Amino acid sequence: MNLDFQDKRVLITGAQRGIGKEIALGFSQSGAKVFINYPFESEKEVAREVVDQINTNGGNAVAFQADVRHQQEIDKMIEEMIRLWGGIDILVNNAGITRDKLLIKMSDEDWQSVLDINLTGTFRCSRSVSKEMMTRRYGRIINISSVMGLQGNAGQANYSASKGGIVAFTKAMAKEFGARNITVNCVAPGFIGTAMTSVLPEAVRQNFIHRVLIKREGTPQDIMHAVLFLASDQASYITGQVIVVDGGLTL
Amino acid sequence: MNEQEILEKVKPVIADKLGIGEDEITMESHFINDLGADSLGLVDITMALEEEYSMEIPDEEASKLVTVGAMIEYIKNNAK
Repeated sequence: MNLDFQDKRVLITGAQRGIGKEIALGFSQSGAKVFINYPFESEKEVAREVVDQINTNGGNAVAFQADVRHQQEIDKMIEEMIRLWGGIDILVNNAGITRDKLLIKMSDEDWQSVLDINLTGTFRCSRSVSKEMMTRRYGRIINISSVMGLQGNAGQANYSASKGGIVAFTKAMAKEFGARNITVNCVAPGFIGTAMTSVLPEAVRQNFIHRVLIKREGTPQDIMHAVLFLASDQASYITGQVIVVDGGLTL
Repeated sequence: MNEQEILEKVKPVIADKLGIGEDEITMESHFINDLGADSLGLVDITMALEEEYSMEIPDEEASKLVTVGAMIEYIKNNAK
């Protein structure tokens, strides 16, 4: 199966690092134009490196700073993408953070900041692109959830709630937009080696890997492959689903 | 602008949003029963016309505008 994204226009939030970056590289290698969203000025340099890496390899990438907590910044980004490339075919809601604490120690701010970026950011970006996708009767939205959103995780009540919310949001949106040929799906990564998981204590890492059936930690590429499949024409009859990519961790 | 002029302007918008031919659209057309619109299609049309005519159609008003003629009447009275 050859996934072809020639001339497809993809927006990936939080694409300057980790899983988002890998998704951007994957789409680009399959022919897509990729819009690299990054959140802050301090991330500009790493975002530029991703763009350079893509463009020097014959791809087409543009970096754009927009904080998904602010609707105006999201709208500016989408307007710019439409101005440059004439539309948007695929949105990957990947931007996400963790703020791990036991519930008893979790502040309102710890809770809200994770919900704002992970869940509300996904809602806002999806709403902003849906009008354009609706008009053209084509669209693919892939939301990055997490196995923690399906199972819950101690120390991650905020993160688990946001990622579980993304699953329900995905299903509701799939129902609203199915008749417009817009599919909406989730990928739920398990334990993936990125900056987000590198901060965990070694004992926690080893415990996770011990529970994974495929005896290794997941890679951003593992997630990228699932995202590309869901965005492809081959997946046009799949909507409202969650693909768990966790090596069997939660089985 | 009279009703006929407005009709000619909104026809392409409605046709585009519902994926139908302009010739299917008359003053008497019922969006749902005659033109095959679903709830999302109606909202899509309403939003496009709000933008086109710089007006806001409150939800409770929009739910009453079930025919093309009713929509045009509303535009005639409220467009800026």
